[in-house]
Amino acid sequence: MFKYYFSLALRSLRRNVVLTMLMIAAIGVGIGASMTTLTVFRAMDADPIPHKSGQLYAVQIDNWGPADHSMDTGDKLEDQIDYVDAMALMHAHAGARQIAAYLTGFALTPANPELKPFKVDARATFTDFFSMFEVPFEYGAPWGSGDDDARAPVIVITHELNDKLFGGANSVGRTINLDNEDYRIIGVMAPWNPMPRFYDLTSSDFEKTAPVFLPFTRAIDRHLLSWGNTSCSKASEEGWEGLLNSNCVWIQFWAELPSAAAVEEYRRWLKNYAEEQRLSGRFQWPAYTKLHDVRAWLTYEHVVSDETRILVLVSFSFLLVCVLNAMGLMLAKFMGRSADIGVRRALGANKRAILAQCLIEAGVVGLAGGLLGVVLTVLGLLGLRSVLSEQILELTHLDPSGVCIALALAIAATMIAGLYPTWRAAQVVPAWQLKAQ
Amino acid sequence: MLKMTHLSKVYRTEVVETYALRDFSIHVREGEFVAVTGPSGSGKTTFLTIAGLLEEFSGGAYQLDGVDVQGLNDNARSRLRNEKIGFIFQAFNLIPDLSVAENIEVPLRYRGFSAAERRRRIQQSIERVGLAARQRHYPAELSGGQQQRAAIARALAGTPRLLLADEPTGNLDTQMARGVLELLEELHRDGATIVMVTHDPELAVRAQREVHIVDGQVVDVATEPRLVSGARGRMQL
Repeated sequence: MFKYYFSLALRSLRRNVVLTMLMIAAIGVGIGASMTTLTVFRAMDADPIPHKSGQLYAVQIDNWGPADHSMDTGDKLEDQIDYVDAMALMHAHAGARQIAAYLTGFALTPANPELKPFKVDARATFTDFFSMFEVPFEYGAPWGSGDDDARAPVIVITHELNDKLFGGANSVGRTINLDNEDYRIIGVMAPWNPMPRFYDLTSSDFEKTAPVFLPFTRAIDRHLLSWGNTSCSKASEEGWEGLLNSNCVWIQFWAELPSAAAVEEYRRWLKNYAEEQRLSGRFQWPAYTKLHDVRAWLTYEHVVSDETRILVLVSFSFLLVCVLNAMGLMLAKFMGRSADIGVRRALGANKRAILAQCLIEAGVVGLAGGLLGVVLTVLGLLGLRSVLSEQILELTHLDPSGVCIALALAIAATMIAGLYPTWRAAQVVPAWQLKAQ
Repeated sequence: MLKMTHLSKVYRTEVVETYALRDFSIHVREGEFVAVTGPSGSGKTTFLTIAGLLEEFSGGAYQLDGVDVQGLNDNARSRLRNEKIGFIFQAFNLIPDLSVAENIEVPLRYRGFSAAERRRRIQQSIERVGLAARQRHYPAELSGGQQQRAAIARALAGTPRLLLADEPTGNLDTQMARGVLELLEELHRDGATIVMVTHDPELAVRAQREVHIVDGQVVDVATEPRLVSGARGRMQL
């Protein structure tokens, strides 16, 4: 009967083209608006490392005390840690893997004289960064822990930088001049740009991967300053050593904790560490630490802004209004066909058959509205190009799953909207309709 | 075939009760051709809609082909209506979106017949009413007489036990009305049980038996069976 009802629905929709177009337009506009904002939301809220996000934990330690915090997260904790804590945590090896990292940079002088020197961002970190965050490699491999210990002048570069400097050729073993020192390329990453850039949300949430990675120890050895955020609760001593010994926070710290037991154990260990700092007199406040996995970290850092959430809510409210409009139009359409429904009832259709026929008709309207909504979503996303940053724009495209969501949402919303008109149609008393003829 | 005993139908509002049928009894036997007559507002159409299970009744009893219809749910009433009753309406009530053949197919769809069986029955009934050449036409492309023939074909397609006709010639000119009436008589001769509501005395005399209703009650019955050529039915009230 589905095929039969489907063909009846098409005929019915052709019968009153204007009413049909109005219903499809109402659904289409609502779907277009809601899917445009939802697509942006999904891009911003996407899990950047879905199969591992539950095992990677950002570490926070209260090294300022409750009176001095500047963060707006509400829990009086900074989202980075200072050098003293970072080194203590690294040396403790309390997690399965752990890394400290910070953003720095260089003036890069290309070997090719046709290219002018330019500035590059660089991420100073430890060898485990690449395995923890599953960075793919095109050529070579990450540096080893020996290079970390030796503060070796080795680097890993991104696919994009390799393209720019070496035309995409295998550049492993070649050198790059960074701040007038030669660094040997040990690995070239395959394209890798997790968005949001979850491992460092301290500047922009949607920044691209830094083109150069070098050992953290080398960066410290060369006194490479942070190009990211550095926050201090009180003035530090002058010079590099002063920064290292200060309570300024400028280092991101991540631990890989593969099981719930490991998380609990690390949480206890971290608390104990902070307590030891208190007992040693470094902290004058109760131990206060936190762990967030990747998804919780994105929420904590407000990667998806409240404004975006409100926009999604508003657009879905608009969809609701559109659906209510479609409901009114559908009610008018179904009631206008009371005579036909009465005849069908007289010929043996039970209420369930009328319900099925009308609901399938509503579903067809929803499908058509969904298709229109997909087109409007694409137009809406094009319209947002002038508003959104380039990085977010790269993420906000309507993929097949988005199209499926749009169509499913349209059909479901229209069928739900069609429930009342359908129920009313099924309540048509055939005798009254036939007497009225 | 159709037996109503002390049946009543009351329409109630907050302030008034209106009896459309009151203490109404009738018994139509298999193969009979009965005309139900009466002035406007007498309850003829109400009788027909109750007989056709399109409306509930307020009191009394109604048996259709041996089935007590009181208390049946919507599914059972719909199934009974689909299997046992064919309707012929004054206004034809063809569905305008559907061709003649598709209109005839409607009750067969609800009956659950296979496509092949539906095709066979459509062909059979459409030939029976002489509309084979018009089966792909839409109602708006047919004359009133042809529309009524199409409606009769639709009523016949499911081989119902009972044909209920509500002023079947009311919207037709004399010539077309004669053609439709002859078709009904032919169906009766072939054994169909027909109950026809009409206010036209000339039409009523073509039936085997006439039941006259006034104010929702049977007030007069033609006691002598009328001779209808080849009729096999017997009347009883």
